[in-house]
Amino acid sequence: MESTVLNKTDDRIIQIESPLLSIDRLSVSYGGNKFSITDVSAGIQKNKITAIMGPSGCGKSTLLRAINRMHELYPETHHKGSISLGGEDIYKINPIELRRKIGMVFQRPNPFPTMSIYDNVIAAYILNGIKLKRSEKDEIVERSLREVGLWDETKDALHKKGTFLSGGQQQRLCIARALAYTPEVILLDEPTSALDPIATAKIEDLLVKLKKDYTIILVTHNMGQAARISDHSMFMYLGELVEYGRTKNMFTTPKDERTEAYLTGKFG
Amino acid sequence: MNTTNSISNQKLKWRVFNDKLFSIVMMTLAFISAVPLLSILYQLVKKGYKQVRLSFFIEVAPDTMQAMMAKANHEIIPGGIANGIVGTLIIVGMASLIAIPLGLLTGVYLSESSKGKMANIVRFVVDMLQGVPSIVLGVIAYIWVVKPLTSGFSALAGSVALSIMMLPSIIRSTEETLKMIPPTLKEAALSLGVPYYKTILKVLLPTGMSGISTGIILGISRIAGETAPLMLTALGSSAINLDITQPSSAIPLLVWEFYNDPNLVNLIWGASLVLLLIIFLLNIVAKTISKKWKVQY
Repeated sequence: MESTVLNKTDDRIIQIESPLLSIDRLSVSYGGNKFSITDVSAGIQKNKITAIMGPSGCGKSTLLRAINRMHELYPETHHKGSISLGGEDIYKINPIELRRKIGMVFQRPNPFPTMSIYDNVIAAYILNGIKLKRSEKDEIVERSLREVGLWDETKDALHKKGTFLSGGQQQRLCIARALAYTPEVILLDEPTSALDPIATAKIEDLLVKLKKDYTIILVTHNMGQAARISDHSMFMYLGELVEYGRTKNMFTTPKDERTEAYLTGKFG
Repeated sequence: MNTTNSISNQKLKWRVFNDKLFSIVMMTLAFISAVPLLSILYQLVKKGYKQVRLSFFIEVAPDTMQAMMAKANHEIIPGGIANGIVGTLIIVGMASLIAIPLGLLTGVYLSESSKGKMANIVRFVVDMLQGVPSIVLGVIAYIWVVKPLTSGFSALAGSVALSIMMLPSIIRSTEETLKMIPPTLKEAALSLGVPYYKTILKVLLPTGMSGISTGIILGISRIAGETAPLMLTALGSSAINLDITQPSSAIPLLVWEFYNDPNLVNLIWGASLVLLLIIFLLNIVAKTISKKWKVQY
């Protein structure tokens, strides 16, 4: 298979056997000849949490957004290289189709303000015009809210607006919304940066629980978070994937001096 | 050193006095600007309230003979403004049907492709349109509709003229409202695999509903009192007319007609009062909607 990550043979990039997602020499530009990420190759292992770390502007969000093609919202983006999901080139799948397989959670909780908690969970079905029976809806709502540990807190208020919840609850609601479609991969873009430590801890526990059913990719600004919950970590700097390895190894014996400098707080 | 920091008693008094003076001037000016509206309302109620009975809403405008007879007998002028009310409802309703979809979509376009060249041109044209005198829009509708389409004055022509007048307010309020919605909401919908057009129709527009409908209602209240363009298009009619290809009356047209007829001139107060109340009501509805439907992000 060409898509496996064999282009960079140095030991700073871990080789993942039979990855679910494989990123192959990917470069993404938001217009012109300036690339926000260059020549990134990495495999993402199924049912693991992969963290993407790095200072602001290093391209970690761009990489994340390239995976469900959200970067294409900017009209002048173009890319080189490829990403495949389960062997299928994602740039050959319609983005609408692709985003149903790859869910996403954003920095700030963004439940739909016009919808109730109940409707927010099944928003993907409502907005896509997929008709469900009442019992099916109830089942999806309960399953998704239970998965994110929000069921007990909200089961008596399902028809209140999602925006009445606290920030942490809203973020869990957004995760539930992403799970309702049973995607294969969940992308999280600094999901706890707007939350307090208690809400953050809840989300972190949740992500660890969720990895048995989903493959999770997490962009984080917070090294501690990556260390606590991720199995694999990427360190990006200036658009380049500097190092990618098992989180334990990377935090104890980083192989690149830039990674070490970042992890020891010399910049960031 | 101390003297530079401490303020002498005299200076302090002067400052307090200035403060008070400024507040008083502000309040006075604010009051003065409210005077015209209040005095208009007072005049209209004082002179018009007798006219505004049930028959005023269900009977058509009297002719000059009937009014003359009533005046001679010192009675209240009979008849009402039903033809004007029905005409205004039809003309304004049709104008809204034309302007709302067009304005909404243009507003969505402007907010979505805010930096495009085409968008800038459209935005410029819309701003220009806001400044076009309403009588000119009447002339345009005369050329577009009265001559080729309805071969004569018609309610439809009036609607076309008024719909053009409504457009800027709808377009701008839609654009501004949609721009206020955090982009993450759109991203949330797109990341769920919702197609772009459904994201606009089912997420952005409902979220902006409060601001958009306020803009629409204010647009309606702006055109409800327009007279000049209607003179060139709808012309006026002494009977209730439901056929949109025929001339139709409207409340402001009736006010103008009453003014021109010495026997009917007393009716302008009642008609103006009704028109003003309709516009007040629309404004109150707009205010209520913008408060009640306000979405919390």
